[in-house]
Amino acid sequence: MIGIEHYLIVAAILFVIGVFGIFLNRKNVIVILMSIELMLLAVNINLVAFSVHLGDLTGQVFTMFVLTVAAAEAAIGLAIIVCFFRSRGSIAVDDVNLMKG
Amino acid sequence: MTLDDLTVVLPELVLAVFGMSALIWAVFSTGGRRGAALIWLTSAVFVGMAAWIAFATTGEKMAFSNSFVDDSLSRFAKVMILLSASVVLFISRDFLSRERLAKFEFPVLVGFAVLGMMVMVSANDLIVLYLGLELQSLSLYVLAAFHRNSVRSTEAGLKYFVLGALSSGLLLYGASLVYGFAGTTSLPGIAAAMSPEGLAAQSPAGVNKSIGLLFGMAFMIVALAFKVAAAPFHMWTPDVYEGSPTPVTALFSTAPKVAALVLLARLLTTGFGNVVADWQNIIAAVSVLSMFVGAITAIGQTDIKRLMAYSSIAHMGFALMGAAAGTAQGLEAMLLYMAIYLVMNVGTFAFILSMRRRNQPVTDIYALGMFSKQSPVQALSLMLLLFSMAGIVPLLGFVAKLYVFLAAIDGGMVWLAISGGIASVIGAFYYLRIVYVMYFGEQRTPLDNTIPRSGLITLVASAIIVVVGVVNLFSITQWSTVAALALFQ
Repeated sequence: MIGIEHYLIVAAILFVIGVFGIFLNRKNVIVILMSIELMLLAVNINLVAFSVHLGDLTGQVFTMFVLTVAAAEAAIGLAIIVCFFRSRGSIAVDDVNLMKG
Repeated sequence: MTLDDLTVVLPELVLAVFGMSALIWAVFSTGGRRGAALIWLTSAVFVGMAAWIAFATTGEKMAFSNSFVDDSLSRFAKVMILLSASVVLFISRDFLSRERLAKFEFPVLVGFAVLGMMVMVSANDLIVLYLGLELQSLSLYVLAAFHRNSVRSTEAGLKYFVLGALSSGLLLYGASLVYGFAGTTSLPGIAAAMSPEGLAAQSPAGVNKSIGLLFGMAFMIVALAFKVAAAPFHMWTPDVYEGSPTPVTALFSTAPKVAALVLLARLLTTGFGNVVADWQNIIAAVSVLSMFVGAITAIGQTDIKRLMAYSSIAHMGFALMGAAAGTAQGLEAMLLYMAIYLVMNVGTFAFILSMRRRNQPVTDIYALGMFSKQSPVQALSLMLLLFSMAGIVPLLGFVAKLYVFLAAIDGGMVWLAISGGIASVIGAFYYLRIVYVMYFGEQRTPLDNTIPRSGLITLVASAIIVVVGVVNLFSITQWSTVAALALFQ
């Protein structure tokens, strides 16, 4: 029997993969964008699973908002990446290094 | 949705309509100076709205099934946000025109960011909280990359975007856990679920309910610490501050901090007010780390924008000290700290925006060598502001620190107040170094003496405020007391 804990574990694994994708990735900024999407989708699995479990629609409404905002976020992220590529000529993560923090 | 709901969110509606109509007007008109005109107009609209919010409404009103709250705390925060954003626009126009950045998108984006902040401080529900935060963040990502032909600016935008999106993800994950274990997204509902009776009720996943809620809370605190740039989640700050165009840096270091701190305070006090002991130590640890990281790492900096980044990290540490106390007094101290911080920061940035040599912006602090001989009034004003930031005794910055220290001591956190004292002594070093360079430093190629009138007015006015304000803080305490009590009834 698949219960809510299975959904939560899948979501947690996806979320952790997303976080690691941001920190360990040394190649391409686009991969970071994909990792961010992965994190947000993991959250959506969480929300929908809780929503069904609780019999409460709020979680699914929240999911709709998250999807919408994620789309806007991806659009802005891609736009910034395009600008960066135009001025730097590369989107390798190692080239995002003009300022050392 | 009824007319009553709409009247509560009327200021936000007006700002949204203003932003959208400004966008349409600017797209369809063809005048060459649309950008500069729109900057003035937006700045004036912000001031008008601040006055409207401050004087037109009283009491506490809820809208949209209690998901949006208009109380004295949100009004106090909105007035601070609007006024500081307005002054930032006021001092930025000259810089933007010189750098050919005075495009009409700039004030429109600032307007939408401010709208997001206004929603944040009024959020009484996790969904509204998330939407406000994202509206603010998405506008700020674009603003960071606003100088789109400059590698530094786009790199700053990219870094801010990646880490901002990461923190949004953390916030959402935390929110999903809180929703799942509390069964509701409304902050009072979460508080009810965290009460002893609520915790005794059946929990969903068979795990202990309070563990799930505390996990969610920790995720949300981490995400908001990212947004206010508190250590140890501050690593994006220096790069983003250095790379962004200076007016955007000035904006970053003022209004969004207020919004995120007030949001954090409301979340912790209204949502998690039953488990103060659980979050108090997290906030205190973040506060101590921020104060020391900000003070120590700033010592080696020579770029004034990076230095202001570390300075803002340290200031966030002091402001969070008020939140860590977990009392109405602590919240009031935090609000006062932020109000005073805004004045000092806006004045300092009015000066930084005017630092140019051979018509190019400079940010090296050694370019200020013997600046006092060149323009004594500006040097004196900047010196007062820096002394105030360092917390030297008769100035306003000292009063701000005193309030948070007293709140921490009354909240039973003496060690926090003591470490704050030590950190402010360390932090005084780098502020004083700028003053030293201005008055006794080695003379280099002098700066162009071209501070615009708006910058000079702001610089001198904020210097006067930090001196005169110590008398009675311009009676701002009567407002902040009421604002802080809104969460403690």
